[in-house]
Amino acid sequence: MKEHPVDNAIKVTGVVKRYGKQTVVRNVDLSVRTGERMVLVGHNGAGKTTLMKLMLGLTHPCEGQLRVLGSNPMTANAEQRRKTGFVPENVAFHNTMTGEDILALYARLKGVAPAEYRSILVQVGLENVANRRVSTYSKGMRQRLGLAQAMLGKPRLLFLDEPTTGLDPSLRRQFYDLIDTLSLSGTTSLTSSHSLNEVETRADRVTIMKAGAIVACGTLAELSRKAGLPAVIRLRVATGHAAGVAERLAPMGRIQQVNDHRIEVACIETSRMELFRHIADLGDAIEDIDMIPARLDEIYNHYMENEQQ
Amino acid sequence: MRTVGILAVNEFRDGLRNRWVATAIILLGTTALVLLLAGSAPTGTTRAGTLDIGVISLSSLSVYLIPLIALLLSFDALVGEFERSTMLLLLTYPVTRWQVVMGKFFGHMMILFTAVVVGFGGPAVVAALLTDSGTEGWQAYVMMMGSSLLLSAIFIALGYLVSILVRERSTAAGASIVLWLIFVVLYDLALLSLLLADGDQWIGQTMFSVLILINPTDLYRLLNLTAFDTVGQLAGVAARSEFGLPLLLGLMTLWIAAPLAATIWIFRRREL
Repeated sequence: MKEHPVDNAIKVTGVVKRYGKQTVVRNVDLSVRTGERMVLVGHNGAGKTTLMKLMLGLTHPCEGQLRVLGSNPMTANAEQRRKTGFVPENVAFHNTMTGEDILALYARLKGVAPAEYRSILVQVGLENVANRRVSTYSKGMRQRLGLAQAMLGKPRLLFLDEPTTGLDPSLRRQFYDLIDTLSLSGTTSLTSSHSLNEVETRADRVTIMKAGAIVACGTLAELSRKAGLPAVIRLRVATGHAAGVAERLAPMGRIQQVNDHRIEVACIETSRMELFRHIADLGDAIEDIDMIPARLDEIYNHYMENEQQ
Repeated sequence: MRTVGILAVNEFRDGLRNRWVATAIILLGTTALVLLLAGSAPTGTTRAGTLDIGVISLSSLSVYLIPLIALLLSFDALVGEFERSTMLLLLTYPVTRWQVVMGKFFGHMMILFTAVVVGFGGPAVVAALLTDSGTEGWQAYVMMMGSSLLLSAIFIALGYLVSILVRERSTAAGASIVLWLIFVVLYDLALLSLLLADGDQWIGQTMFSVLILINPTDLYRLLNLTAFDTVGQLAGVAARSEFGLPLLLGLMTLWIAAPLAATIWIFRRREL
């Protein structure tokens, strides 16, 4: 039977999840397109893991609807479960088992042939330690083993719950490189993280969650624009002109004179071109110009604080 | 069934790796060997066979040992996987919750089956070869091996129930010890004290029977000490007590099925 293409790998509508009296997920609407790399950002306890559990069919929503790969995850059959991969946060495999034992077990459960899991071991770079007990693995190796089991059966959808917590920057890069490779072959991924910086180049879109609700969703550029945070224009000024330049540019934005040779103007997007025209008029008084866009953590903080009220 | 098989084999292999199988075999094997060889001495020239005597001494010791081994194997079966997040992962695979419980159950039973067959069976063969009493009483001995497996199954199932009810491994460990104490030691002591205090006033024969039949370890004792005439005579227990074999076996089966069913029932309702 030919499968109908699904535009949205994940579609969540009006989902609410309460544990006892505590509401953990509040009225969440979210769509993730097929092949997209979506990153879910938020503090600990923002509801990221619960949202993933809902999408994985591990727990029932109290209200709302979820469609994952075109079906309700709570009633997903074995075939649908084979198409998803999951790396839980801080997963700790049996210490007495070897990497290969663990992968072999999960492969059998998913009905994946031994040849395939062996090639995955190579892909994640664990082939040389596959026969060692997991207790001898480093944190990075364990995380790669976690990803390896999620890659079994060529999943169309990957859920990664804070997969790089505790990894050093170089391992983190390797980890995301692997996910990018999967993404190139059309795998949709939903990754949670508590830092925007970490996923800067790794996300097609970002969803920011706070206290169980989604406060923003879009590409990083969109989020930055919507936040309306000023970019900083940094000017190197010829000797003796600093005071004059500062005075001329004062109406354009918040001015900070760093020293005799440097002035910084914080300027929102809408008045940026006008500022540049003013700077051009200043002629030789300006020796160099640099623009520093709002930092990711500033954007993140903006959304976190704005929703506080 | 295939999934249950995969999980069971994995559990058994895990038992081999972390030396559970070896430990259980050594524990049961040493006990059996010592009791069978030492136990054959006092019988002298009477008609009592080594294996008949063995059933009595061995079953009165394994009633302590087997529940302990079974609980140690099973107490963290579920709560441990929750703590390591591997349960969460396992349930995103094409695996249902009852399959997880039954897979573990059969895996743990394979471990205890190996331990009982090798640990009890091996010494019996050795004893039969070394002493000239031959293989007399082998039926009672095989029956004891079988009932030991039933007793294992009961305490594995009870261990799972503990494991699904608590949220931390340490709590599960504590609760298992309490469970062991109650069923293996305290229950009989309490029953005895009750009988002494009562002095035949309230607790009649029927009531006493019911109270005995409630405890799975007493079922095990009854099964081994009364099922065969020779053993019963040696043990000083009225042979062929009023409880028939089907009743004892049925109650033991109930003691396996009920905690297992309860575990699966609670697990299926558990919010992850």
